[in-house]
Amino acid sequence: MWFNAAEALLWAAMWMLGWAPNSPYALVGAYRFLAQGLAYELPLMFALTTVGVGAGSLRSTDVVAAQTGGGWFVLTMPVAFVVLLAAAAFTAWGPFAAPAGTDLAGGVLAESSGVGRLLVQTGRCAFLGVTCAAAAAWFLGGGDGPLLPAPVWFAVKTLAVVALVVLVGRRLPLLRPDRVADVAWTVVLPLTIVQAAVVAVLVLTGGMP
Amino acid sequence: MTGPVLLVVLGALGALAVCAGVLVFVVDSMARATFSLLASFLAVGASLLLLDLPYLGLLVVLMMTVEMAIMVVFMVMLMMNPGGLMPMSMVHNTRGAVAAGVVVLAALSAGIWTVDWPERSGAAPPDTTVQVGEAVMGPHMLVMIVVGVVLLATMIAGLALATPRGRYDRLGPDLDRPRPDDPVDGGLPR
Repeated sequence: MWFNAAEALLWAAMWMLGWAPNSPYALVGAYRFLAQGLAYELPLMFALTTVGVGAGSLRSTDVVAAQTGGGWFVLTMPVAFVVLLAAAAFTAWGPFAAPAGTDLAGGVLAESSGVGRLLVQTGRCAFLGVTCAAAAAWFLGGGDGPLLPAPVWFAVKTLAVVALVVLVGRRLPLLRPDRVADVAWTVVLPLTIVQAAVVAVLVLTGGMP
Repeated sequence: MTGPVLLVVLGALGALAVCAGVLVFVVDSMARATFSLLASFLAVGASLLLLDLPYLGLLVVLMMTVEMAIMVVFMVMLMMNPGGLMPMSMVHNTRGAVAAGVVVLAALSAGIWTVDWPERSGAAPPDTTVQVGEAVMGPHMLVMIVVGVVLLATMIAGLALATPRGRYDRLGPDLDRPRPDDPVDGGLPR
């Protein structure tokens, strides 16, 4: 819930970032961001619901506890894992960089400079990092692992997810927000609903590892 | 946070919510009005968080932020005051509104101070999220399901009434066009 609320605040932050400079490029970037947000928000909510259903709790510590002993959620809910990693859309980065695209002279970032720009860029990087840490905790068992202490495992997994996201993100082409919306609502959203239903059935039949 | 400190913080948040709410009707720009309203809602969400209702508080923050981010698009699109050329007011029937507001405020305040409030029996549960879930999914399950379906039907009906293009525009009079005629192509090959 905290993650979801914080991510929702990004909607307002990015739109204001685009509106405030009174510049057309920044504003177009802000509207692109809202379009991507509309495409992404519901699949993300179903992904988070799936995690909650699997663990029987919305608390992150309970989610991690439910995975101890190897029953990592990435095995039973791979779709939700991928959808969560697509939170890159909320940092306007990688294949979802259209709101800050070079075709808009920087989009939402067109007019920002100095300390303000540093803050925005830090926030984008921080959100991507937090998303990777959340993915490690919710889908890869958090600190679950042999030999090494839990915090080390958690750090290793988080860094591995960061590396994966950066590697894949650099190799994918830029996606147009209107196309993302179509695919998100007609393909990804049904997939996440099916994913949630599968996990719910697994939980009810006692099939969760 | 307990006792007097909590009371002071809650009071400050309440004052912030009211002031931001007033700002909605004071500022001229629709963007500022929308985000003043958001500030008001966020103050309410923060008060809920302070009252040990994390789920409801975060839900308010989440829903209202997304809602305002969408609303600002329509506010700017439909109600904007473009460069002061079309000054518009956010208030109508000022005298009637003031009278109604004062009467309702007086009645509610009188109610708060004159009602004989009962003593609290029992303690707050350790996890209010579970309690909310049981209340919604237990005795009120039928109501929630019906309301959910009604909301969805309203949204679909609203879209169907509002959209200027139907399936005959997209697929031709006999609905047999191989590719729909859309002004903007989607991301799927069809």
